[in-house]
Amino acid sequence: MTEGTLRESASEVVRAPSFIADAPTSVPDNAAVVFDVSGLDVYYGNFRAVRDVNLQIHTHEITAFIGPSGCGKSTVLRCFDRMNDLIEGARIDGKIQFHGVDLYDPRIDPVEVRKRIGMVFQKPNPFPKSIYDNIAFGPRISGTKENLDDVVERALRQAALWDEVKDRLKKSAMGLSGGQQQRLCIARTIAVQPEVILMDEPCSALDPIATARIEDLMQELKSEYTILIVTHNMQQAARVSDRTAFFTTEVNPESDSRTGLLVEYAPTHKIFSAPEDERTENYVTGRFG
Amino acid sequence: MNELFVTTESGDLLLSDTTKRSRRIRNRLASIWMAGSVLVAVVPLALVIGYVLIKGVGQLTPDWFTKDLPAVTRRAGGGMGPAIVGTLLITAVAAGMAVPLGVLGAIYLHEYGGRGRLGRLIRFMADVMTGVPSIVMGLFVYTVWTIAHGLSAFGGALALACLMLPIIIRTTEEMLRLVPDELRQASYALGNRKWRTILTVVLPAAFGGITSGVMLAIARAAGETAPLVFTIGAARNLNLSIFNGPTTALSVQIFGNAQTPFEAAQARAWGAALTLVAIVFILTILARIVAARVARRHNA
Amino acid sequence: MAIGRSDMDITPGGSSGGAVASLHGAGPGRRADQLFHSVALIAGLLVLAILGLIAASTTHEAWPAFRSQGLSFVTSSTWIPAEGKFGALAFIYGTVLSSLLALLLAVPVSLGIALYANEAAPSRIRRPIIAVLDLLAAIPSVVYGLWGVIVLAPFLGPHVYSPINDAVGSWPVVGWFLNGSSGRSFMTAGIILAIMITPIVTSLSREVIATVPRAQREAAYAMGATRWEMIRLAVLPWGRGGIVGAIMLGLGRAMGETIAVALVIGSQAGQVTTHLFEAGDSMAAVIVNQFGEASGTHRAALVGLGVVLFVVTIIVNVSARSIVARFDRQAQGI
Repeated sequence: MTEGTLRESASEVVRAPSFIADAPTSVPDNAAVVFDVSGLDVYYGNFRAVRDVNLQIHTHEITAFIGPSGCGKSTVLRCFDRMNDLIEGARIDGKIQFHGVDLYDPRIDPVEVRKRIGMVFQKPNPFPKSIYDNIAFGPRISGTKENLDDVVERALRQAALWDEVKDRLKKSAMGLSGGQQQRLCIARTIAVQPEVILMDEPCSALDPIATARIEDLMQELKSEYTILIVTHNMQQAARVSDRTAFFTTEVNPESDSRTGLLVEYAPTHKIFSAPEDERTENYVTGRFG
Repeated sequence: MNELFVTTESGDLLLSDTTKRSRRIRNRLASIWMAGSVLVAVVPLALVIGYVLIKGVGQLTPDWFTKDLPAVTRRAGGGMGPAIVGTLLITAVAAGMAVPLGVLGAIYLHEYGGRGRLGRLIRFMADVMTGVPSIVMGLFVYTVWTIAHGLSAFGGALALACLMLPIIIRTTEEMLRLVPDELRQASYALGNRKWRTILTVVLPAAFGGITSGVMLAIARAAGETAPLVFTIGAARNLNLSIFNGPTTALSVQIFGNAQTPFEAAQARAWGAALTLVAIVFILTILARIVAARVARRHNA
Repeated sequence: MAIGRSDMDITPGGSSGGAVASLHGAGPGRRADQLFHSVALIAGLLVLAILGLIAASTTHEAWPAFRSQGLSFVTSSTWIPAEGKFGALAFIYGTVLSSLLALLLAVPVSLGIALYANEAAPSRIRRPIIAVLDLLAAIPSVVYGLWGVIVLAPFLGPHVYSPINDAVGSWPVVGWFLNGSSGRSFMTAGIILAIMITPIVTSLSREVIATVPRAQREAAYAMGATRWEMIRLAVLPWGRGGIVGAIMLGLGRAMGETIAVALVIGSQAGQVTTHLFEAGDSMAAVIVNQFGEASGTHRAALVGLGVVLFVVTIIVNVSARSIVARFDRQAQGI
């Protein structure tokens, strides 16, 4: 796929098979379920930010959340690893089950959750430490018995960064380029060997070449991890994901505020070529958003 | 730009003849005032440092650093050894108390309770505490400690620690605020607990700035006199004990000797002043260097 | 999948009933978090505790003197320890007078430096100016006092105050102030204090002036203003609140300064006079000079002076900070 494709206007997306030629055309329906979300509402204080999300995330797939800004994609994503707990007044109604376990059960420790479900952020946020110490950070906390050098090398290889940094592991991570820093953050996340990797617009701060490298990386990681990605770039969703969830906003008449909701959730090729909901079709054909 | 508006170096706007002379004169006077103020500030600095250097340098013999204070103050002789050790010891003990407590207090304010009512009260009171006169701190420690336990280095250290505590809390809190929140989020996302995040991510990231602030607080404490006058007493000989017996310090020596009419005593005061200023300047300059290095790393 | 963790028994793709247990908090981890929180909280509360203790213990120590003197502690200027009379008015007066003198001398200079550094100085000079101010601030007060009592006071008395006194001491109005010839006097104390508070007032004023938006300055220039007029029209009105706050903080510092003042103010008890070139005393100076030999009610009275000083400086500081805070909010709101 050439860079030129990235700049194609959205109206050429749908009904242009060449655009989504690389996306998988079928997704196994019986793939095991990792997350089961039912009736999820997310509140900040009394304000309902997202309503009524129902979906199932399948293992070893890349699932994309797309939609216009403010529709709650990141909010929902951050529920999966309980990062919303860090925001004052954030709470949920409904249920998110991780392998049958209710993530928001009061007995569940969010810290343990985050060891199984990792997150990569929009802006690369390496620690101001050496590359080595960044990767080793997580394993050191969990007290791994493995040799740290091996762990670091494995994570960096998996993140396709090893060759570029193997000679300067002790140098500061802040000296890397943006794309390298993001791959470092991915390596840092997979060093603790989570089951799931959540990615919140991981490429929006990067240039197209760095973006392409991370998209390739995602395809490689798919075989070992389950990936959820939030992206405002629907071409990216079409390129990399197996399933896509389309969110939008609706206006609350009484308060003039907007609440996000899940409109449609289906295998990616279907969302982009034959969406069932009109709002989805409008979005993917570029008529709004 | 309209050729009517020509700005000269001194900021005068020349509108051919339209700008009245009086306005230009006033502008010039203001410029003289501003630049002159700088000179006015430089003069006392130069005079004070100059006198301290010239009058004090003659005192700095090897004996100065090693010998005890003379029994007869109006004659020359002896050294300032006990006072130098006293200053360093008392300041070190004070720092040992104030730095951990101050950093922890700042951690509470920024990472935990900062925005609640208690947090705001503590922050406000810390600001109030920075304005408490040092002599009041000395009286306070005298009342609660020295009366019961006698004169000692620890009493002085306690008073100095009370002076340092609010300063360290405020500067450390500023440094913690500068640590981007994304770093904390990255740490939590890896399954790290809050206390470990603070110790392994936040504090290391803020370390340079915190060090710089701490060193400035230490420099300020080392130069204090009033808190020590009632709490450490006056000793002529070296006293390395922290809790037992009176000791002395450079600042107290300067104060005492400055009030005498004897030449030799005054000379000793100048020497002690030079020593004290040297210690304080070294700490201050080191603090600035650390701060500059941190700033450079952040902007790199 | 797991790295050396025995509590991990979730297998990918399978649902495990045992997963609930393994996601539960590891006891020690959560407890460590709570412990750390408590320790940090205690450290923060320490500030409140110390302040409260200061107020309580000093007032308690001073109570005998307050009780025996009543209101005359602050209204009478008769301070004769031998007769049990402790009227601190002269010392309060001395503190206020020397501090006001310090402000009078320091504010124009500090403002001038702050404006120069921000508006007029070529950028090469800006850093050295700040460095000079930092050095001024770093010099311990006792060193200023030493220089003041050995160098400045002996010079000013005969060479500055006396000539002035001889020239205008008998004139009306002017002669009320420019009178006296003692090197160690209110005026000298004021001068030394001015040198000491200049760095603070300057750096705070600089911060305030730096927040003036460019739009305001450019508006003034666009009207054809000279630089001074721009400063008068745009910078000073904008920064007024903050600068007042800075000045008040300098006032608070001056009032609390002990050692330098004690050395150069002359320690003449009982003087409430407008003659600036005469010796006087300040609360802090009295405390430090008389404490060593005082006992009983005398000592209590000295602690009482400390209480008065404590209260006064807190009032000044709190007012200063609230003014600055109001200015900050205003600056951010607009």
